Amino acid sequence: MKTLLVRIAALSVMLLPAVGEAARAWLLPSQTILARSGGWVAVDAAMADDLFSFNQAAMPIDSLAVTGPDGQPVAAQNPTKSRTRSSFDLELRSAGTYRIAVVDDAVMARWEEDGKPKRWRGTAAEMAAGIPANAAKLEIEQMQRRVETFVSVGSPTDAKATMGTGLELAPVRHPNDLYAQETAKFRFLLDGKPAKDLEVEVIAGGTRYRDQPAAMIFKTGKDGEIAITWPAAGMYWLEVSLQDEHATVPGVKSRRASYAATFEVLTQ
Amino acid sequence: MIRKSRVAPLLALIVCGGGANAADLSLSVEIPQLPVAEYHKPYVAIWIEGADQSIAANLAVWYQVRGDHTKWLPDLRQWWRRGGRDVTVPVDGLTGATRPVGQHLLKFDAAQAPLAALKPGKYELVVEAVREVGGREAVRIPFEWPIKSAKTGGAKGTRELGAVALSLNP
Repeated sequence: MKTLLVRIAALSVMLLPAVGEAARAWLLPSQTILARSGGWVAVDAAMADDLFSFNQAAMPIDSLAVTGPDGQPVAAQNPTKSRTRSSFDLELRSAGTYRIAVVDDAVMARWEEDGKPKRWRGTAAEMAAGIPANAAKLEIEQMQRRVETFVSVGSPTDAKATMGTGLELAPVRHPNDLYAQETAKFRFLLDGKPAKDLEVEVIAGGTRYRDQPAAMIFKTGKDGEIAITWPAAGMYWLEVSLQDEHATVPGVKSRRASYAATFEVLTQ
Repeated sequence: MIRKSRVAPLLALIVCGGGANAADLSLSVEIPQLPVAEYHKPYVAIWIEGADQSIAANLAVWYQVRGDHTKWLPDLRQWWRRGGRDVTVPVDGLTGATRPVGQHLLKFDAAQAPLAALKPGKYELVVEAVREVGGREAVRIPFEWPIKSAKTGGAKGTRELGAVALSLNP
């Protein structure tokens, strides 16, 4: 019986896609709207399917990038990584919108060496050193991931997409100006151009206290836009991902790109 | 329930507010007594909203002025989103300390700021109150500008606000 279980386990590992379905990645800010004098915001970063319960794994924040209203980076304070979540504080004093993002751009490779499977993960620059030139059955994939949230001090300012690579959000309605029963338009960009025909999933927090996930699914139009009517106030998680053959790393074709964000929707 | 009306400042306002026959907008706002263990006087914002839902005129903002408590101003959610977030407090003649339980009277001269700049059209008077460890509520009274004839309007809150009465006097 035990052997059978082990075999089934081994089989299910083999059946997993090239990159396993990871738990949902999210940032959870203590608040998204601050008075004009600014203040402190605490942010949790976790990988957990229950929104927003940090009950699975911490999300690494090595690639955290906080951008202030003036476009300059803002340093995170008191960063900690505990078992099921990472945390950090931000002291936000200048008026305007801050983009808080964990951005990863990595290359994953799998090949065989002496009949044994080998794996490697690193940056595009480390590829030559990390992957043997004559690797057999080599499969390389670029992974672009952006997980973010927004906080505004006083009046929100433009939170435009800035990178021009991977999946990004170019909000039409400001992400700190969302209210229950109102409709907000969001535009998604892939490599800086409208990302059309993509499925966007939006789920309200508190999934543990509902029988159904109640995910709302939207499809981006030609302009990369979706229109979300928020059913109620609360924290929401949004995710969109794609797989294509337009990797931006030389020598790599296959790519997975994902974008996830947390939004606070307020009462009327 | 009228516990303490601030008659002296009100009178001062009326006396300084121009001639006896000047058109005015008067309102009374009741802050109700609530049977709660922990009571804090509410933050209150009173403004005139245009048809496009933007703030046409801010009339009053009451918050805890002693100490640095402006961080709670965004809890006046409607006021904040409609334009409160563009206001650097304190503002002379607009912001003031929180008010106690009771009826509060305010009077604004139609020919003076902030009403003098009001363009003819349809508006709503909005009163929003939010209380620490308590609730939030906003009431609205529609009216038309300018004042052509004497008009009154009223609204009643269900918890955080009592009766709100508006009177327009030509």
